[in-house]
Amino acid sequence: MRLFNKRHYIHLPAAPAELKQRQSQVPDGLWQRCPYCHESVYYRDLGAFKVCPNCQYGFRLTAQQRLDQLTHQFQPWDTGLTAQDPLHFPGYQTKLAQVQHKTGLQESVVTGKARLGHYPVALGVMDTHFFMGSLGSATGEKITRLFEKATAQRLPVILLTASGGARMQEGIHSLMQMAKVSQAVAAHHAAGLLYIVVLTDPTTGGVTASFAMEGDLILAEPHALVGFAGQRVVAQTTQQPLPSDFQRAETVLQTGFIDRIVPRPQLAQTLRQLLAWHQPKVGE
Amino acid sequence: MAALKRSAQTVVQAARSDKKITTQALLAGLFPDLMELFGDRLSGDDPALRGGIATFGHQPVTVLSTDKGSDLESKIATHFGSPTPTGYRKALRLMEQAAKFNRPIISLINTPGAYPGQSAEEQGQGAAIAADLLKASQLPVPMISLIFGEGGSGGALALACGDRVWMLQNSFYAILSPEGFASILWKDAKKSGQAAKVMQLLPEQLLAQGIIEKIVPEKQPATLIETLREQLLAEIARLQQLTPTELLVQRQARFRKF
Repeated sequence: MRLFNKRHYIHLPAAPAELKQRQSQVPDGLWQRCPYCHESVYYRDLGAFKVCPNCQYGFRLTAQQRLDQLTHQFQPWDTGLTAQDPLHFPGYQTKLAQVQHKTGLQESVVTGKARLGHYPVALGVMDTHFFMGSLGSATGEKITRLFEKATAQRLPVILLTASGGARMQEGIHSLMQMAKVSQAVAAHHAAGLLYIVVLTDPTTGGVTASFAMEGDLILAEPHALVGFAGQRVVAQTTQQPLPSDFQRAETVLQTGFIDRIVPRPQLAQTLRQLLAWHQPKVGE
Repeated sequence: MAALKRSAQTVVQAARSDKKITTQALLAGLFPDLMELFGDRLSGDDPALRGGIATFGHQPVTVLSTDKGSDLESKIATHFGSPTPTGYRKALRLMEQAAKFNRPIISLINTPGAYPGQSAEEQGQGAAIAADLLKASQLPVPMISLIFGEGGSGGALALACGDRVWMLQNSFYAILSPEGFASILWKDAKKSGQAAKVMQLLPEQLLAQGIIEKIVPEKQPATLIETLREQLLAEIARLQQLTPTELLVQRQARFRKF
């Protein structure tokens, strides 16, 4: 009865050493899954702007990548400002040191004076790779100084937001940043100066409930998550499944809180146009 | 304070306790002639955020207060004291009104936080709170806030951006509920006791860090209201000696230090 002895598999000899070596040389990340439409995308097809060719979702960028895409002239401000540990929170300083080492950043926002086309501007870029872009005391301080310097130098402010919200490890001190930054925004506003927000994925929590929603103009990247409460909390509250486009930029635009959605490749041009329209008139 | 060695968890429980003085009792005690005003002039009225005008001492003041409701029906209607964007826009309207008519503002706060529902998100919860923060930084009239139970996150901050923030002895003020905090950091809401401890949410801890200016001891309701009335009247009188510019400079410095 050899019929029943027939094997349903074939036996492969162990991979030769050379093959194993070649396998180890295949780099990771050649294919990336779009977090929005879930298509697998070959990394080259994302292009220089790192945009999903299927749905236009902009992959998360580092602050440096953002700066490279927007400006050729950037003079950073307050680079030495770094997170404090006001609550002496267990493990926070170690984690901070690790994240600083890994990202090369001192805090979750990079600020400075930039030139977009012909126009000087105070520019801030938040980076989700640093504690999920959360709002620590030093983050708030850098953004506050961005507005203060912009007010003193009569510059417009452009801020690209990306944040999971408050920095839990800094507790109430994180909450106070919302009020502190808002005061600086109010002073900038009272001086008649322009403030443009660009909401990028994700902008949530205390950042949404303060400076991300205080712009004269509020732009957003396609499909960026924009909201106050976290989706898990909202789902728990309503006890119902949330619509698939809940808190996405397109929905937030529909409900009236975003001026315009701008695909990433057009962002620099759009910002230059807006700056041009808001240049002070000669003699002002 | 004598109560320095209290456990954070005990205070969180006391702040949420059914025995906690209610919004109704505080409003009736402090502002017997309160004329309540309704609506945000845009979309409706939120019973979780109440407001109006009352005589306080010799002058009219604007009163804002969160409300958790008193029976099941009103608790559901107020989302257990969690204001919606409509509530925060109503607060904005009443703050603007107070500024126009030069009335001091007193806000009473006991909220787990802004309501985290789908409709609240769609009506712009973030934008509504942000508008309050912006407005409060420019109000040319004195504003004193009292956290008398829970001071939950941005939903409490929206009403606490004025010149003074006071807390009752059994109250807390935090970035998030201890349950939410434990759930985010340790993926376990049951560690809320431990969270409450590391969050430093007690009045005495917040006073030491300059987040608040005063702790009011919690006594029998009648005594408490008398104490509050005296201290609020004295503080309003002090703040009214400042010019609007001096007031705004001081208020700015109050938050700039963080």
